[in-house]
Amino acid sequence: MLKLPSSLRMVSSVFLPSGFLPSALLLSVLIVLLVSGCGGGQGRYSPTGVIVQSIEGVAGDDFEGASATGLGDDEIYETVGSDVTGEPLAQQKLYFEYNSSKLSNEYKAIVQAHAEYLVRATDVKVVLEGHADERGTREYNLALAEDRANTIANILKAWGVRVERIRTVSYGEERPAELDHDENAWYYNRRVEIIYQ
Amino acid sequence: MKHFSENFDGTHHSLKKILTRIRSALMSLGLISLICISSPASAVLTIEVTKGAATSIPIAVVPFGIGDLNITENRPDQVISSNLARSGHFEVLDKRDFLKQPHELSKVKYKNWRLLKAEALVIGTVTDLGDKGYEVKFRLLDVFREKQLAGQKFVVSASELRVVAHQISDIIYQKLIGRRGAFNTRIAYITVRGTQNNAQYLLRVADADGQNPRTILKSSQPIISPSWSPKGDKIAYVSFEDNRSTVYVQNLSSGDRKRVAQYPGINSAPTWSPKGDKLALTLSKDGNPEIYILDLSRTKLRRLTRNTSVDTEPAWSPDGDTIAFTSNRSGTPQIYQVAVSGGPAKRITFKGKYNAGATYSHDGKSMVLVTNQGKGFRVGLYSIENQTVVELTRTKQDESPTFAPNDDMIMYATQTGGRNVLAAVSPNGQVQQVIQLDNHSVREPAWSPFYRSP
Repeated sequence: MLKLPSSLRMVSSVFLPSGFLPSALLLSVLIVLLVSGCGGGQGRYSPTGVIVQSIEGVAGDDFEGASATGLGDDEIYETVGSDVTGEPLAQQKLYFEYNSSKLSNEYKAIVQAHAEYLVRATDVKVVLEGHADERGTREYNLALAEDRANTIANILKAWGVRVERIRTVSYGEERPAELDHDENAWYYNRRVEIIYQ
Repeated sequence: MKHFSENFDGTHHSLKKILTRIRSALMSLGLISLICISSPASAVLTIEVTKGAATSIPIAVVPFGIGDLNITENRPDQVISSNLARSGHFEVLDKRDFLKQPHELSKVKYKNWRLLKAEALVIGTVTDLGDKGYEVKFRLLDVFREKQLAGQKFVVSASELRVVAHQISDIIYQKLIGRRGAFNTRIAYITVRGTQNNAQYLLRVADADGQNPRTILKSSQPIISPSWSPKGDKIAYVSFEDNRSTVYVQNLSSGDRKRVAQYPGINSAPTWSPKGDKLALTLSKDGNPEIYILDLSRTKLRRLTRNTSVDTEPAWSPDGDTIAFTSNRSGTPQIYQVAVSGGPAKRITFKGKYNAGATYSHDGKSMVLVTNQGKGFRVGLYSIENQTVVELTRTKQDESPTFAPNDDMIMYATQTGGRNVLAAVSPNGQVQQVIQLDNHSVREPAWSPFYRSP
């Protein structure tokens, strides 16, 4: 019988409180630990700022004494400014591919909507916060995140927003939206946040 | 070795022997060993030796004769044993196997130590001198040739007991390994407590063994990229306390600090010139991240790179002539070099889609960096002569590698079990350690230069 080193003892104490394992099992435990690696968490967090589909009511036949009704779009979105009616403006987080600061086509209309709003609301200023996921070095991620913020800034400028009203700031990987260490968390951390002031 | 077992409980002793044999067998096969070695002084630093050197010197460090002195936490032999074990070059023998514990040369019976397979022996004493402090004496003995290799006497105050043990460790290391020891050095690192809105970031400086951590900056916003001045008297770092990246230089002894760069955009990645009069850093004030050199006394700024791509993470060569840096001008981050006097940049890494965060070794012959060659972000060693990058680690999220001032060890940040921890690897990849320092998330280690007495 071998007494396990403390790191394995912590794991095995779940199964055998005394911390002893027959040596034949030890090898298989070691192999399992080596192979499993860090298990990433599943995406526990629901994304914020993503357009939610309105929920259709369920047919009365399926549920007795209950029926669901859909929610109107206007009721669930954050709105900014009094003259906003469209959905895109509510989306204030834009996401990026790994190691890229190129904006995907799916977001172009959203940025355009923000630009149009800004052109109209002349006393509003905007801060574009750039972020990156945790992979790679912190300093390179600081630069990559700024690149992302600049991408959005340039689109806004191209749509006529005056440069004095746009401020970009990069936080690199330092202010993650999601704390897990998996693809899901990384996706939600590769973002630019549009913040009105 | 049957005659040694009579001193203690037989079962415990034989278990330890089995473990030691298995560990040696695993190490000699280069397999992973998960046996933890705790620092005897306190629980601040524990090292998990995941891989040991192929050859290490068996050394016996006998508990020093201390009489009635109550100095158990800082007893020199414990600090020395811990230091030597941590270097990866020594097999520190278990003191429970010592039949006798001599403190004087006259009491040493070399034959007994040869039976234990010790090649070197350390003995010593600590004597109370009253008002004058403590006298610490040690001798390093060659067991086979039965002669003294080093011996010295120090008079120190109580608060200097650990420092003198580090100095003794350095002497032992120099005598037996042939290179300068780096035990009397410090590390800076950042630790984070809490998450998100109630996070607290601490920039700390501790002895290289993790003891005596002191917080030099506390902030509710991130701190990154600590960088030691060549004399070890100042640290430059990047703080987000104003909700944007800003470079500060802080004097360690006074705590006074100076904001040296808060231009629009990014202000980051400070690194000192070998003379300590300039900082190379990254500024994006002129459109995108570029490398600049800031003359600290004249607060003069000189731009070194000029293009539309990201240029960041400058590293100053020890001879002062070259700056290595990261650029994505080829499409992905790679390492480039440019003369400090200015001129075109030359790409030096070609293997792998990601090479970044390079720093020079103190002898200028190599660089340590973060490389991703398809298996994850690992610590890589770049040989300037061979122009090749070798992966030193097998983990996936390594960053911020830093050389010890004697270049014999590389400390870096990594993740294990979802926690951010520090780890160490030797330049030949043979010695690998995970360092449990502080119970909180730890990152961004920076190893100090050699300590110079004021």
